[in-house]
Amino acid sequence: MTLTAPAVRVHGLEKSYGDLRVLRGVDLDVAPGTVLALLGSNGAGKTTLIRILTTLLAADGGTAEVAGHDVRRAAAAVRESLSLTGQSAAVDEVLTGRENLVLGARLRHQPDPGAVADDLLARFSLVEAGGRRVATWSGGMRRRLDIAMSLIGEPPVVLLDEPTTGLDPEARIEVWDAVRALAASGTTVLLTTQHLEEAEQLADRIAILHEGRVLVSGTLAELQALLPPAEVRTVEQKPTLEDVFLALVGTRTPAVAGREQQEKEEGR
Amino acid sequence: MTAHLVGDTAALTGRSLKHVTRSLDTVITTAVMPIAFLLLFVFVFGGAIDTGREAYVDYLLPGILLIPVATGVSFTAYRLFQDKQNGIFERFRSLPIARSSVLWAHVLTSLVANAVSLVVVLAVALLIGFRSPAGPLAWLAAAGIVLLVTLALTWLAVIPGLLATTPDGASAFSYPLVLLPFISSAFVPTASMPGPVRWFAEHQPVTPIVNALRDLLAGRAADGELGIALAWTVGILLIAFAIATALFRRRAV
Repeated sequence: MTLTAPAVRVHGLEKSYGDLRVLRGVDLDVAPGTVLALLGSNGAGKTTLIRILTTLLAADGGTAEVAGHDVRRAAAAVRESLSLTGQSAAVDEVLTGRENLVLGARLRHQPDPGAVADDLLARFSLVEAGGRRVATWSGGMRRRLDIAMSLIGEPPVVLLDEPTTGLDPEARIEVWDAVRALAASGTTVLLTTQHLEEAEQLADRIAILHEGRVLVSGTLAELQALLPPAEVRTVEQKPTLEDVFLALVGTRTPAVAGREQQEKEEGR
Repeated sequence: MTAHLVGDTAALTGRSLKHVTRSLDTVITTAVMPIAFLLLFVFVFGGAIDTGREAYVDYLLPGILLIPVATGVSFTAYRLFQDKQNGIFERFRSLPIARSSVLWAHVLTSLVANAVSLVVVLAVALLIGFRSPAGPLAWLAAAGIVLLVTLALTWLAVIPGLLATTPDGASAFSYPLVLLPFISSAFVPTASMPGPVRWFAEHQPVTPIVNALRDLLAGRAADGELGIALAWTVGILLIAFAIATALFRRRAV
């Protein structure tokens, strides 16, 4: 048991659009400094939940708190405590990367916006591209900038709404590295995704949202324990398509594939 | 939150102005059509239009000044629509900022961009012979009216910007605005029009606004028309502002 209050606490949250009940009593806690992946297919209600947490949408029933502030009664304090990144947020393509960060820092009322921007460009390896308009950037670089934007002013909670949707495998790994760096700095991360692998890779805990309710939540091991133990079979280890793709086109060789390759060669 | 209104609006206006300076074609396009009308009417049609002793270019200019404003504000609707569409709006609204600064930034940007277009049109008019005997006070009053008209039409443009579902829908509202000066005293005296058209021309806002500007720039007293012009402009401004902010608040929860 932990004595610290959850960074995000959602209880009995309901939201309908007309007759369509999108959220039917969602319960969810995210402990401070952890990464929770909210897994669900299209239409499960992930984005609706994110919009309620960011105070962009009012719930019909239930409560939601961010860093101890109620989203309805203390919307201003909630907006101070969290930032939104991903499919429902965007960067300005007409501005340069640095200008985007400076704008973000001014809007979060930082004393030295320029210094904040330069620091984040360095942390996300975007210094070289920083002076170019974002319209000329790759998808992976834009998402990295997007995540960098969400770190301005160091809000305790970051919401990542499908951060890798529409990215190629290499860009997806770039974003994963950025999320890991974020988690390592102690930020609480609530991440929505449709990709099971993404949840496995990044999350301390996983919650599955289906038809407006959280069906299960727990660590990966706890979720795996819900099913009967896997049958042990001997199979030939083949590289996954992703390993092949990344080995052929990528500058990064996945660590696991690389190691297997090495072991194979040593065995001969 | 309102403590940050000025700072937030300044930051967002700076951003929005970069959108204008980095696509200067929007300012140029806005100035090209009124300049074309100016040249066409002064050098082609103007000779056949009887405006009494007043030189036709002097008669025409006040009405021409409204055209860049009518087309220019459609860019406000378009930029607002883009922000709403691509998620920038969501990001801004999830930040701890004074929310109305998001709209004010677009409105102030429209005032600056339209002022630039107006200066370009005025410079061309001076080149082709426009002259005004008016003193600085009358010029200031005329500039004030044009600014007020721009402000009113910009807030009007915010409404389709917030409501539109396609980029064309966002800017289409300005077409009737561009046509209104043609059915007014802007190009020809209303006395030459047949009955019902003349009635419409004399009772729509463009005629008193153009007449007031024309009187001011010709150095005459703009007595009766000025009051009607201001009433129309302030009325449109207040109604458009009320609708636009109500729409914005409803969407912002």
